[in-house]
Amino acid sequence: MSTSDVTHHTPGEQHDHHDDHDHHGPAPGLMRWVTTTNHKDIGTLYLWFSLLMFFIGGAMALVIRAELFQPGIQIVDPMFFNSMTTLHAIVMIFGVVMPAFVGLANWMIPMMIGAPDMAMPRLNNWSFWIMPFAFTIMLSTLFMDSGGPAGGWTLYPPLVLQMGDSFAFVIFAIHFLGISSVMGAINIVATIFNMRAPGMTFMKMPMFVWTWLITAYLLIATLPVFAGAVTMLLTDRYFGTSFFSAAGGGDPVMFQHIFWFFGHPEVYILILPAFGIVSSIIPTFARKQLFGYDSMVYATASIAFLSFIVWAHHMFTTGMPLAGELFFMFSTMMISVPTGVKVFNWVATMWRGAMTFETPMLFSIGFVIMFTIGGLSGLMLAITPADIQYHDTYFVVAHFHYVLVPGAIYSLMAATYYWLPKWTGNMYDEKLGKMHFWISTIFVNVLFFPMHFVGLAGMPRRIPDYSLQFADWNMIATIGAFGFGFSQLMFVYIIVKCVKGGEKATDEVWEGARGLEWTVASPAPYHTFETAPVINPDTVTR
Amino acid sequence: MTSNVSRWALLSLVLLMLPLGAWADWGALNMPKGVTEISNEVHTLHMRIFYVCVAIGVAVFSVMIVSMFLHRKSRGVKPADFHESTTVEIVWTVVPLVILIAMAIPAARVLIKMEDFSDSELSIKVTGYQWRWRYDYLDSGVSFYSQLKSEHNVARQQGAGVDLEYYFPGESFNGEEDVYLREVDNELIVPVGKKIRFLHTSADVIHSWWVQDLAIKKDAIPGFINENWALIEEPGIYRGKCAELCGRDHGFMPVVVRAVPQEEFDAWVADQKLAMASRVDDSERQWQHEELVSAGEQVYQANCASCHQAEGQGIPGMFPAIAGSEVATGSIDKHLNTVLNGVEGTMMSRFSDVLSDADIAAVITYQRNAFGNGTGDSLQPSQVQSLRTGMTADNGLTLPSKVAAMPELNSNTGVN
Repeated sequence: MSTSDVTHHTPGEQHDHHDDHDHHGPAPGLMRWVTTTNHKDIGTLYLWFSLLMFFIGGAMALVIRAELFQPGIQIVDPMFFNSMTTLHAIVMIFGVVMPAFVGLANWMIPMMIGAPDMAMPRLNNWSFWIMPFAFTIMLSTLFMDSGGPAGGWTLYPPLVLQMGDSFAFVIFAIHFLGISSVMGAINIVATIFNMRAPGMTFMKMPMFVWTWLITAYLLIATLPVFAGAVTMLLTDRYFGTSFFSAAGGGDPVMFQHIFWFFGHPEVYILILPAFGIVSSIIPTFARKQLFGYDSMVYATASIAFLSFIVWAHHMFTTGMPLAGELFFMFSTMMISVPTGVKVFNWVATMWRGAMTFETPMLFSIGFVIMFTIGGLSGLMLAITPADIQYHDTYFVVAHFHYVLVPGAIYSLMAATYYWLPKWTGNMYDEKLGKMHFWISTIFVNVLFFPMHFVGLAGMPRRIPDYSLQFADWNMIATIGAFGFGFSQLMFVYIIVKCVKGGEKATDEVWEGARGLEWTVASPAPYHTFETAPVINPDTVTR
Repeated sequence: MTSNVSRWALLSLVLLMLPLGAWADWGALNMPKGVTEISNEVHTLHMRIFYVCVAIGVAVFSVMIVSMFLHRKSRGVKPADFHESTTVEIVWTVVPLVILIAMAIPAARVLIKMEDFSDSELSIKVTGYQWRWRYDYLDSGVSFYSQLKSEHNVARQQGAGVDLEYYFPGESFNGEEDVYLREVDNELIVPVGKKIRFLHTSADVIHSWWVQDLAIKKDAIPGFINENWALIEEPGIYRGKCAELCGRDHGFMPVVVRAVPQEEFDAWVADQKLAMASRVDDSERQWQHEELVSAGEQVYQANCASCHQAEGQGIPGMFPAIAGSEVATGSIDKHLNTVLNGVEGTMMSRFSDVLSDADIAAVITYQRNAFGNGTGDSLQPSQVQSLRTGMTADNGLTLPSKVAAMPELNSNTGVN
């Protein structure tokens, strides 16, 4: 890497300092991973776990798309199809995007704020190790006589109560996933509040730290609500209560209100850390400071606040009173204002920079463009009268896949390429990385763009078979799905190749990189910032 | 070298998009305008917000593209060092706000109109069942069930091997030719030029009654009654679907609305009243065994076969077999109770409201004699009628508790 024109203050950390601390290194063998309390090890575990789950959830998506390749039912029974749509969502949300962001938080937040580790290292170990067990329980339902959950990831009663004995297993697994996430979130909040290096004020924190702080609050506020909702389902099913049964004086719509009071902030849990990642990467490769840092922070906080008062826009067809429909339409439209601010800020950061287009930058630009497409279709969905036509069609499927796949997933890929040299000490294969980006981007659009068309033309979601009018676009989408799915094997190959070796990375790695994580050695030593770095008012930390 | 990768990728992206356009039918790309005043207004709103989004997208993406072209390091530019501007920030907060208000006002106006259920001239109650609709004309007392037409039901079974393109040709997307999964046995007949009020509810799980051409979609929720309305000007057939996941056959409960002139509608209502009277006669007369079996086969294929399968073999672990089952070869009372009341906590739903006494007698007789069950039993509609009244008379409406009181039923009919 050539010399940078950005001044870097190397805080107190000395790289060779660690040579005296060999006894602090990782324990040998497999037990290292079971008993570890090291934030980097736990971050690595989270990231590998979510990569594995990405392929499991992706395989489920391919079952769905294979069945939808042609009209008629060729491959799977409709019940199994419904299990696939349900588990695909649960795996991708709770098993891929959330753990991957927690993994990044584990790796990067202590290094970004100059902390030696997370505030509660043992809790950290638990929050990870609960997850593989929870998902084993969840996925084992597929092998039970009654089959996996097939009522949709939204678990609406009364349908969800028709599930066989696997119901209890699913609820149990959801509870554990929730506990894992809440513990992770508490740890992140505690770390950010208590472990910042002296001089690292809130407004000097990188955007990734800010977005995660806000996300952690969303998690703590909403996951217990979700846990309450599924517990009520459990007692309705097994203990004779009637929370959601009209025949017993309950209210099935109340479940939807409670669910979406969790579910909508959850959407932002899946995207706010992505905003943070992109806000770190674009300035690096534009070689220019992030435009409007302060307004980015306020916009993130506004989005988080608004996310609590828009939930019922998922329920416009449930027969809400007119006043409710109007309120939720207006509040939903409001969200586009702070979200727009973010997009404009990224564009302004690029403007008059000196850009290069390494793989992380390509994925970040892909994120901004395709997330914006998903955001704009979200604005269309906010218009209640039109939403009554869009609701529960493939238009909605297209919308949330645009914000989650070339949105959240792209940000994760960008983050992986961006920080991989810091994690492994080796550069990844840039040419393969770019190929991965371009192949993915072509196929992801072939996959999801046609869904707008079939949705507008009237194809409902969650159906295993469809009218002939939708045949062409479904076939195209399936081709895109298989192309996108298999091209992700490249991603694994590139990561493994980089872990094994490659061109040595410098400490700074990227020419325009800013922030404390680039002041430590590559690969990052097992312990960093055991002595807090000195942060002066003019130290560049973001 | 690496910029070559990008160039090739961009080129192939463009090339890939070209044939896609030629391949697919453009008619299927957008929301149809529909046939009511409301559906047209909704379509107008949809197009307006779509153009606003396209404009915003074009503006933002052009700035990005220009920037990516001009402000790249390979052109030797030096990065600027500005990183904030209060003026710019205020502008790009206020301008979107103004656009939003401009969108919100017409949207609110249409919404208020959609929610005005007053002055309706005809009321139809629409009840969702797994997986059919029941229509009750509250003004004339006509009522019937409506479900996927049987030839579609055959064609859509796994491994049916029916050439869909041949049997259900789909040349014109908006015309009548494309009917696969879009035809029902009994269509909902409505008069044109009348404001029709729909009342939506459900007998089991949540469904959603959606007819795109009328721009109406409302959830059918057990224990709730939701309102909706439509005023159709043009006679015609308008097809819709269930839009809320409602279990295994969610994809197979279409809606067909046939709008006809008032005189035709009146004549149809009169016919329906006659037909209903004859169905009452069916329940009272004595049936032959063979007659019951053959009628029962039709009822079975239409109502039972999608879970218990055409040959009664069921799906192991999911849907119990009828062939050789304890219920279908054991006590006829238990068999009848299972069909009438369903099995709580499973997908076996209650058929007591869905099927007439004659249908129930026929299907039970069929199940007890087909699939090698060969019990030789036959059940008369009149017996069903007396049993049905007897069953509800002793402890009112709590039918599920009656099932619970017979634990042996749960063990061999349930999904568990």
